[in-house]
Amino acid sequence: MTVKRDAAATGSKRRRSHRSADSRTPWPLAVLAAVASTIFVVPLIGLIGSAPWRDLPNLIADEIVVDAIGLSLVSSLVAAMLSVILGVPLAWVLSRSRFPGQRLLRAVVTLPMVLPPVVGGAALLFALGRRGIIGEPLAEATGFVLPFSLWGVIVANTFVAMPFLVVTVEGAFDSVDRRYEAAAATLGANRFTVFRRISLPMIAPSLRAGLVLAWARALGEFGATITFAGNLSGRTQTLPLAVFVALEADRPRALAISLLLVVVSIVVLVTLRDQWWRR
Amino acid sequence: MPPSFQGALVVVSIIVISILAGCGSDGDRRTLRVFAAASLTDSFADLAEAFEAENPGVRVELNLAGSSSLREQILEGAPADVFASANEQVMDDLVAAAAVSGDPAPFASNRLALAVPAGNPADVDGLADLADAELLVGLCASQVPCGQLASEALGMAGVTAAPDTTEPDVRALLAKVEAGELDVGLIYASDVVASTGGVEVIAAPALDGHSTRYPVAVLSGSTSPALADAFMIFVLSPEGRAILDRHGFGR
Repeated sequence: MTVKRDAAATGSKRRRSHRSADSRTPWPLAVLAAVASTIFVVPLIGLIGSAPWRDLPNLIADEIVVDAIGLSLVSSLVAAMLSVILGVPLAWVLSRSRFPGQRLLRAVVTLPMVLPPVVGGAALLFALGRRGIIGEPLAEATGFVLPFSLWGVIVANTFVAMPFLVVTVEGAFDSVDRRYEAAAATLGANRFTVFRRISLPMIAPSLRAGLVLAWARALGEFGATITFAGNLSGRTQTLPLAVFVALEADRPRALAISLLLVVVSIVVLVTLRDQWWRR
Repeated sequence: MPPSFQGALVVVSIIVISILAGCGSDGDRRTLRVFAAASLTDSFADLAEAFEAENPGVRVELNLAGSSSLREQILEGAPADVFASANEQVMDDLVAAAAVSGDPAPFASNRLALAVPAGNPADVDGLADLADAELLVGLCASQVPCGQLASEALGMAGVTAAPDTTEPDVRALLAKVEAGELDVGLIYASDVVASTGGVEVIAAPALDGHSTRYPVAVLSGSTSPALADAFMIFVLSPEGRAILDRHGFGR
């Protein structure tokens, strides 16, 4: 795109010249942005610099690490799926329905984003643990105990991850042009069909972004998981838990797992961001 | 950006900056940073309080975590004056890394206890129940001292435990036994004393021969070594001993 600075004749050209001026960053912004980048780049350099590159394959091929990779993938993917299946309807209700206590519900749904995950894990334990308000009758009736199981990890992951999807998707539902939905309704589509055929496709980009955010949050989950689901290699020890435990005894292994998490996260974020968010 | 938001931003910034500025300007107040094993949580809180009472103007900051986690923090240069570890191995690592000034001194010992929730709902009656796959069993992770002591004791007793969780610090394990989420766990005898939720101890003679010794040392990175020495001497004093006794620690 070529831009002529001096050609200010038409409105569209004026706008273009504005854009070109905007591309030169004002120095206060540049300085602060550089500081901001440093906060993220420096820890990464620390990690990469101290990583045991030569032993990396051996450290990652270790049985404990392989188990943790499998558990992390399964639990984070299932949590992301549950977040979509349950979170999209919730987001729709929060965006479109009007009912008493809605603002309170919206606050409660986003609470896990603010709450320390350990507190979330403790809350889950009080509610769904074997002695919990819901957990106790459940255990008595079915013998099923959530904590210290893979399902416990999935519940903890979903608890912290779903709010990211709900917030993203709710915002998208809010900004959908309602005239398309109204038009579909006049043409005889019932409300569920309108949701399925009109609203949902229109928010698809936000849904994908929310899905990625929720998945990423679930993959990195630590506090709620260790509090609610415990830590047992092969059953509930996900990658972040493995890093935490290894950090105390076997630093090269901890660094190797951390590096693995960083690589996976960056690959996913870079690919998805280019494909989905920048459209 | 609405003006009210900008206003709020300014107010918040001013508050934050004044708090941060306040942190550094503690003029005549001296702060001693004590890193102590998680199992020392209550006893060191009492020790710190008594030490502060005897030394006006001194504030003791406690950093409590698993011993090995604290070791890593110290090795990475975390500012600390005194370190109290839950086993000798962790302290030896710091001595080997020249992170300790002077010799560490043992000040307490601790035994393991087979703990169950109040009322012993799962009818645990001995160490062998740790191998019961039907029960929800908790141990400390093998990386922390209480986990090492547990695996040593279980190995000698010939019990192959079937844990449902291996907690990275003993207090987390205690909390889960207290809450009744676990049927049985191997914790420290001192943690039983510390428990407010009422755990019960099941007799397990096989645990008796196994104890861990707690060394305390002044760190070479200490910025107030004299005060650190004074605290270490206080821990080893009869007064310190009395506090440790009260919290269930052996000699």
